[in-house]
Amino acid sequence: MAAITMRGITKRYADGTEAVKSVDLDIADGEFVILVGPSGCGKSTLLRMIVGLEDISDGEMRIGDDIVNDRAPKDRDLAMVFQNYALYPHLSVRENMAFPLRLQKVPEAEIMKRVEEAAAVLELTENLDRKPANLSGGQRQRVAMGRAIVRDPKAFLFDEPLSNLDANLRVQMRTEIARIQKKYGTTTVYVTHDQTEAMTLADRVAVLRKGVVQQVDSPRNLYNSPANLFVAGFIGSPSMNLVPGLLTGTSLQLPFGTLELPSDVAQRLGNAQAGERQVIVGIRPEHFEDASMVSDDVKGQGMLFQNRIENIEWLGSELYAYLPYTGGDAIGRQLDQLAGDLDMEQSSGDESQLVARLDAASRVREGEDAEIWLDSRKIHLFDPETGEALARPPVA
Amino acid sequence: MTASTIGAERIGATTAPAKAGTTKGAAKQPGSGAIWKIGTAVIVAYALFPVLWILSLSLKPAADVGDGKLIPTNPSLGNYRDIFTSGEFVRPLINSIGISLITTAIAVVIAAFAAYAIARLDFPGKALLLSGALAIAMFPPVSIIGPLFNIWRATGLYDTWPGLILPYMTFALPLAIWTLAAFFREIPWDLEQAAQVDGATPYQAFRKVILPLALPGVFTSAIIVFIFCWNDFLFAISLTSTEAARTVPAATAFFTASSNFINPTGQIAAAAIVVTVPIIIMVLVFQRRIVAGLTAGAVKG
Ligand SMILES: Nc1ncnc2c1ncn2[C@@H]1O[C@H](COP(=O)(O)OP(=O)(O)OP(=O)(O)O)[C@@H](O)[C@H]1O
Ligand SMILES: [Mg+2]
Repeated sequence: MAAITMRGITKRYADGTEAVKSVDLDIADGEFVILVGPSGCGKSTLLRMIVGLEDISDGEMRIGDDIVNDRAPKDRDLAMVFQNYALYPHLSVRENMAFPLRLQKVPEAEIMKRVEEAAAVLELTENLDRKPANLSGGQRQRVAMGRAIVRDPKAFLFDEPLSNLDANLRVQMRTEIARIQKKYGTTTVYVTHDQTEAMTLADRVAVLRKGVVQQVDSPRNLYNSPANLFVAGFIGSPSMNLVPGLLTGTSLQLPFGTLELPSDVAQRLGNAQAGERQVIVGIRPEHFEDASMVSDDVKGQGMLFQNRIENIEWLGSELYAYLPYTGGDAIGRQLDQLAGDLDMEQSSGDESQLVARLDAASRVREGEDAEIWLDSRKIHLFDPETGEALARPPVA
Repeated sequence: MTASTIGAERIGATTAPAKAGTTKGAAKQPGSGAIWKIGTAVIVAYALFPVLWILSLSLKPAADVGDGKLIPTNPSLGNYRDIFTSGEFVRPLINSIGISLITTAIAVVIAAFAAYAIARLDFPGKALLLSGALAIAMFPPVSIIGPLFNIWRATGLYDTWPGLILPYMTFALPLAIWTLAAFFREIPWDLEQAAQVDGATPYQAFRKVILPLALPGVFTSAIIVFIFCWNDFLFAISLTSTEAARTVPAATAFFTASSNFINPTGQIAAAAIVVTVPIIIMVLVFQRRIVAGLTAGAVKG
């Protein structure tokens, strides 16, 4: 087990693509860090540089106290679980798991002991003598993990290990991975583009965009206090509503109403707030509510507005309402670019839509106007030019 | 034989559920089933009859050869004894085995390197190389036999083992390259990286992971190449003149009987059976592999 330290890690491919740009990341001993980001942002490249399958173009990679830039994968003592599992098809499950140990010339008795142990942990004991081709997806996944844990390596590296499994199995294996990582306490770097995996598994999550680390923080902090528009839009499902706002003094004008900034936000904004100013306002769906469901003493902490309800999705425990509004395109450029990066659908023309998560007991109806309450204490403000968060709420 | 039983099974399998189905289907199915069976039987008989006939000939003593009966009246293994004792057959058999094995070995080794490069690397002219190899394999051998004969006479390759191995290579190599490249493309090369992460040196990764996966492909193309060489008649008859290099298919044409006045038909038949049987056994045993190999690459072009 060991810490992994990256300083200015950069990857330039032969064709000039800069897949990873000057990444600084400290992964503590025993920590579970997840790399997330949209497709092509360089997650796999970064992981493969850690394990040694890609050369590092620039920067310094340390595992424990050693600089490993020029070490072959076999000398880094890391275990990797590949997306396609990369099991050896000609070897039985037992031999697959024993493979790394045999290369280390571990005594036969010890190998068998460790393989049996790992198989017991992974509930593979009955399948030890079968070939990978005869296993189910979940079992193959377990074998791949078994091959990693028998070695007791310095760190586990996972590249989208669950993406080939169906939804149910994915949830099950996710729990399994969490359990095993806890049991062994091994430093783990895990790549995924599934934010549920990231939020549920990680101690800390690193969000990447086009090879640049945007924010590294606990899942909770990422959600509650995104550092910029990209993180705000990427983390959370359904994603945060982003609307244009005009800041005048402590009042914030939104396309569907005007609210008074809570004093702590105004304070944090400090002298950043001089005269009139365009901002992008981020509102999570759950920070809207059906006004009739909000008690009067809380109502004062937010803004009330009338809006038509275009569409309702009722999921039993919660309810999503879609609220159309006009004037959402005032801040076009940043948002369009963001939408492109996030594969989000872009609002077409003048009309935009808010997503609001309302109390499931709410009586709002499709096609009718309703009074909606917005919690002003929970809004996020972003600079429309740089996309940086303004007056970030303090970490909970 | 195998073909007919497989066919029958398949028909049984398709008709059984149909009978449980609609009456219309049930009424129609047995009829077409019978046609299928008859058709299969006819084709199998048509294909196997000459083989049976040769088998029958090989078991007949010289006097009975012309009797026109399928079942020999006085079956004997005399012809087999004759060909193995006369030397007319044994030496060509050695030539056949030697030349085929050497060609196979060289072709597969060279083709393995070529196919590896084709499957794994991007180099200029790759497509050209592949289509060139294919074009050569498609070349009608008859069109080069004349010039080859003259060149071989001039260079002293005529009637030698290398004199046959060389032209065989021309056709065996493309065959092997195509089959092997198709196999190599199927190998999950990621495994090499997985092995390296698991602590293997590049050489260990190759030997312990890639090689075991590549062997079946190598083996298959070896069989295909071997059969190609073994069966050749044209080069063998044109480029050899004595027992120094004459292979069995050519040698049977020159068989002389023990007595000058008897036709060597029986011995020729026995020789044909002796060289056919190993191939039939090989094909039956490795049926699946060979079909996979042929459909994977060689036949694609
Ligand atoms: N061998 C290569 N040569 C050139 N560019 C490459 C190479 N491999 C990857 N890239 C580029 O580097 C970028 C990052 O690729 P990478 O595979 O790390 O993405 P990723 O974040 O893992 O994406 P995904 O979620 O789709 O797996 C991409 O733009 C990709 O096109
Ligand atoms: Mg990837």
